[in-house]
Amino acid sequence: MTQAPITRAAEATPPTVARKIRGLSDRAIAWIFVGPTIFLLLAINIFPLIWTINLSFTNFRANRPNREVEYVGLRNYERILTDTDIWLNMQATAHFLFWTILLQVLIGFALAYLINKKFKGNDLWTTIIVLPMMLSPAVVGNFWKFLYQPQIGLFNYIIAFFTGRDPSSFEMLGQVTLAPWSIVIVDTWMWTPFVMLICLAGLRSIPDYIYEAAEIDRASKWRQFWTITVPMVMPFLMLAVLFRGIENFKMFDLVVQLTGGGPGSTTELTSINLKREAFEKWRTGYASAYAIILFVTVFGLASIYVKALNKVKER
Amino acid sequence: MSGFSVTEPGARTKWVAGSLVILYALITMMPLVWIMLTGFKSPADAISYPPKVIFDPTLEGYVNLFTTRTRQTDEFLAANPPETWYEEIVRQYDMVIAGPSKFGERFLNSVIIGFGSTFLSVFLGTLAAYAFSRFRIPLADDLLFFILSTRMMPPIAVAIPIFLMYRELGLSDTHLGMILLYTAVNISLAVWLLKSFIDGIPTEYEEAALIDGYTRFQAFYKVVLPQAATGIASTAIFCLIFAWNEYAFAVLLTSGTAQTAPPFIPTIIGVGGLDWPAVAAGATIFLLPVMIFTVALRKHLLRGITFGAVRK
Repeated sequence: MTQAPITRAAEATPPTVARKIRGLSDRAIAWIFVGPTIFLLLAINIFPLIWTINLSFTNFRANRPNREVEYVGLRNYERILTDTDIWLNMQATAHFLFWTILLQVLIGFALAYLINKKFKGNDLWTTIIVLPMMLSPAVVGNFWKFLYQPQIGLFNYIIAFFTGRDPSSFEMLGQVTLAPWSIVIVDTWMWTPFVMLICLAGLRSIPDYIYEAAEIDRASKWRQFWTITVPMVMPFLMLAVLFRGIENFKMFDLVVQLTGGGPGSTTELTSINLKREAFEKWRTGYASAYAIILFVTVFGLASIYVKALNKVKER
Repeated sequence: MSGFSVTEPGARTKWVAGSLVILYALITMMPLVWIMLTGFKSPADAISYPPKVIFDPTLEGYVNLFTTRTRQTDEFLAANPPETWYEEIVRQYDMVIAGPSKFGERFLNSVIIGFGSTFLSVFLGTLAAYAFSRFRIPLADDLLFFILSTRMMPPIAVAIPIFLMYRELGLSDTHLGMILLYTAVNISLAVWLLKSFIDGIPTEYEEAALIDGYTRFQAFYKVVLPQAATGIASTAIFCLIFAWNEYAFAVLLTSGTAQTAPPFIPTIIGVGGLDWPAVAAGATIFLLPVMIFTVALRKHLLRGITFGAVRK
């Protein structure tokens, strides 16, 4: 192909804007296209992160900007890691993470398995099940607070109806023993559909011929389930766990609206505790160190997990 | 091939599976239905025991949501008979409407910030995704990973320096500040989603266009964009839903002029305690568009959610 017809055709196209841009090489266009995105991420994600690291070595307080800022070295980190209260927050977070993920995986997988039986109208019902995860967690948390009201709430009424207990005899949000479960219930209600959708994608990725071959080999349904279905869905399931794990480690909006961290600090997850330190007690330097510790924890755990996940995929 | 298939579940299996799923769907819908019903209850019905399923519907919650009210003396009320149906509702409590509440403004803020940031993230995201898909960019994989990893940071951790930065720049509690922030959060997902859509468009079309004398820019605009339209639309929906629902940044960085609805709705308080019908009315108005969206666009949405898992 010669250059001439292209040039001639190009000259035949009238737009003047195009002519100016014509001079740009693909390389220039590539940078013009990627540039704004990278700039925005640098300005609003990376620069703040570096600033946080810097602040974490100081005793800066954002509500007293005129006070002289001192560099205190690693003292903030030392204080956080030796603080027993923070370990309580970590335990609350761990409880929340463990139970939400366990319940969502069990229910989500079961639902996906049932939906994959392709009964009539399954896509409409799938959509209805998905609705909760599309909604604003803060608003959801707020109206679940209404459902959890001891005397008038629908949740208490239904539990009382089935167990025969007095609906005002227990307070889901007010009792130390029940509050951690109240947030697990709402999160499970909200996010089970997410795990379900990913499992469904996994189930649908299994080609029919594998089951047909198993059928010819006279493998029982039970055996097919454990030797074909479960291993084939496992990588998907593990990814769903990763996403839910990261999201729930960051959990803030839903729980703040439901319990505000109470009663006492039984449901004070790390993000809520961090918000308190940073925006209520205004210990900016200390909170920055706290944020970095959380960030490193998520990153570290996620990378270890991804390594394990890749091993499962290879099998 | 028609006829008997070993992988096709039997009629009884389908029936059992269908009933169980429908049962779960009904249970899962209960809180949502309940909150919508509560929006049409009077405050007394909303807190009655046992909970009322059948009640006299009233628009009181909605009136209370959109107005502020003051208590007046009997003489004043007698001298000024109610002129409108909503004034009449308020009169049962010896009150008059003093003015509009802030809900309208907050809702409008949600719309402005939601659509503004969605437009910006999809616009920038499409450009970046096209470049990553078609050009050889040095360190492309590292850049893409960097773009994605920004999503792993807890919002509160990012909020501390952004709070300080916005204070310096005068962006605190402004629409522009919130639009930029939500764009920065959304753009990582937008780039990844859009790149996969553009990867799926064969390069032959553009090459043909380039040979026909189109500039690279024209080829992008006239050939690639129309084909990526579905992908762009479903990416836009995800960005919009995120911005619409976001709470943590909104509650920390806005307080008045740019406050969105999620931090506002829980603060709706009536006379003598929380006005649950008004809160429920606010939640309904705020959540219903998303629900209708989800049902109407389910094909695209459901694919998009699982995309991340299926892709990698």
